Amino acid sequence: MGFEQIIFYLLSAVLLASAVSMVTVRNPVYAALFLILAFFNSAALWVMLEAEFLGVVLILVYVGAVMVLFLFVIMMLDINIDVMREGFIKYLPVGLLVAVVVAAEMVMVLTNKSLHIPKPTPQPADYNNTEVLGEQLYTYYVYPFEIAAVILLVAIIAAITLTHRKRPPSTKSQNPSDQVKVKSTDRVRIVKMKSESTGGD
Amino acid sequence: MDFVLSIWNAFPEWVQTVLVILIKIVAILLPLILAVAYTTYAERKVIGYMQVRMGPNRVGPKGWLQPIADVVKLMFKEVILPNKSSRFVFYLAPVLALAPAFVAWSVMPFQAQMVLADINVGLLFILAITSLDVFGIILAGWASNSKYAILSAMRAGAQVVSYEIAMGFALVGVLMAAGTMNLSGIVEAQSGGITHWFVWPLIGLFLVYFISGVAETNRAPFDVAEGESEIVAGFHVEYSGMAFALFFLAEYANMLLISALAAILFFGGWLSPFQGVDFLTELPFIGVLLGNGIHWLLLKTAFFIFLYLWFRATFPRYRYDQIMRLGWKILIPVTLVWIFGLGIAIALGWQPWLS
Repeated sequence: MGFEQIIFYLLSAVLLASAVSMVTVRNPVYAALFLILAFFNSAALWVMLEAEFLGVVLILVYVGAVMVLFLFVIMMLDINIDVMREGFIKYLPVGLLVAVVVAAEMVMVLTNKSLHIPKPTPQPADYNNTEVLGEQLYTYYVYPFEIAAVILLVAIIAAITLTHRKRPPSTKSQNPSDQVKVKSTDRVRIVKMKSESTGGD
Repeated sequence: MDFVLSIWNAFPEWVQTVLVILIKIVAILLPLILAVAYTTYAERKVIGYMQVRMGPNRVGPKGWLQPIADVVKLMFKEVILPNKSSRFVFYLAPVLALAPAFVAWSVMPFQAQMVLADINVGLLFILAITSLDVFGIILAGWASNSKYAILSAMRAGAQVVSYEIAMGFALVGVLMAAGTMNLSGIVEAQSGGITHWFVWPLIGLFLVYFISGVAETNRAPFDVAEGESEIVAGFHVEYSGMAFALFFLAEYANMLLISALAAILFFGGWLSPFQGVDFLTELPFIGVLLGNGIHWLLLKTAFFIFLYLWFRATFPRYRYDQIMRLGWKILIPVTLVWIFGLGIAIALGWQPWLS
């Protein structure tokens, strides 16, 4: 067993263990932390498959941005764990059914002869897959890429319009543009007057 | 010497590789930790002189041993675990804050060929690793089971996530200009003297980068995460002793990282400003100093560290909604417009920077 294989099995073992713990652990914050660990290990597996760009982007997008927002929401919610676990037995048959179907599909794909792709030859160390990926995305797949971007933009706008509503007028709030434009003459009135003397000097 | 070599050759090859990497890591981390210690000293001295006082001057000659005394004090202090806190996450958070600050240094090129991991997605790797800093803060706030800590964690989290976008766009401009994400490649793309540095065509992006860098590290004037007057000390209010020191270490290591990156991405890294001026670099003795070398990188980094301290001594703290407004409504639009203009400049082949 080579060095690479040892690392592969180590990463896979941690990935599986953290994925299982993510589902079974009681505290939602711990669950999010296990999900982060799972993301890290799958990113490392991608790097081992010579997909270093995708591996780093997985960490940047999912761990660095998505999971931070996730943790934010989880920390703000006051989750009652007992209520959450009440339906566990009730939904167990459905969950098992889904698990069996997914497992069966994976076995079918992995054992299917027509889907077997010959093992690609490793690229030399100076091979830059970021450049190759960019070239493919911006030449052959430029339209699908742009359409995906537009769909995401629509989703962003939809999310904002759904959540953004006008505040009731009783809410106190600042208008930053008024604050920036303010001048000292609007705030302070300088009054010229003679000094009053009581003749004490 | 032969004896040592014979022991060395007795190891299998992969053990030798691992040992060499470990030695390199120690060779980077030890000076880094020392630099962090003396940055705290420099901070107190510089701000002291700016405010017309002496700064620390009791321990050792001119107070040089003050950081050592601080470390010893922090090491012998008790680490207190608050009641009803999450024990594991409470101790994990400082480690999560510190680890990314150190890991990012693994791709830092100190000189030509002098880099631990010369990977071709270096810039992206740095972005990904620095985006993990926020976990230490958020988890520290949550695990402390304290309202001040969690308020600060919320502020810091939102702030860091927002400014990451502006910083990412500023770095996109650099990689467009350099045509590579390898950090050594970016420095080499700037060779040819002071006029060839990326700071000239990318001056707007540099300003955005450094402002977001200050905001990312939660330093003054963007240090609402630890606003002493409102939320006592922020996310690390419940931490004491070495656990607190780790947060401190992480903050200063991140400052050094942002400063070193500013030097590498915009100011030519280890390249000398006199590069190409042959009569200067061929002078006896001082020619070596005026030529390219790691000392230029250290000098530039030290300058940006000084800027950090200068900001802290002079600027009042921003209000929270103003910070968000600056990040989203000013810095991000500036970077978007600048990147668009940069694309046109590259298409036109604007010499000598963009070809």
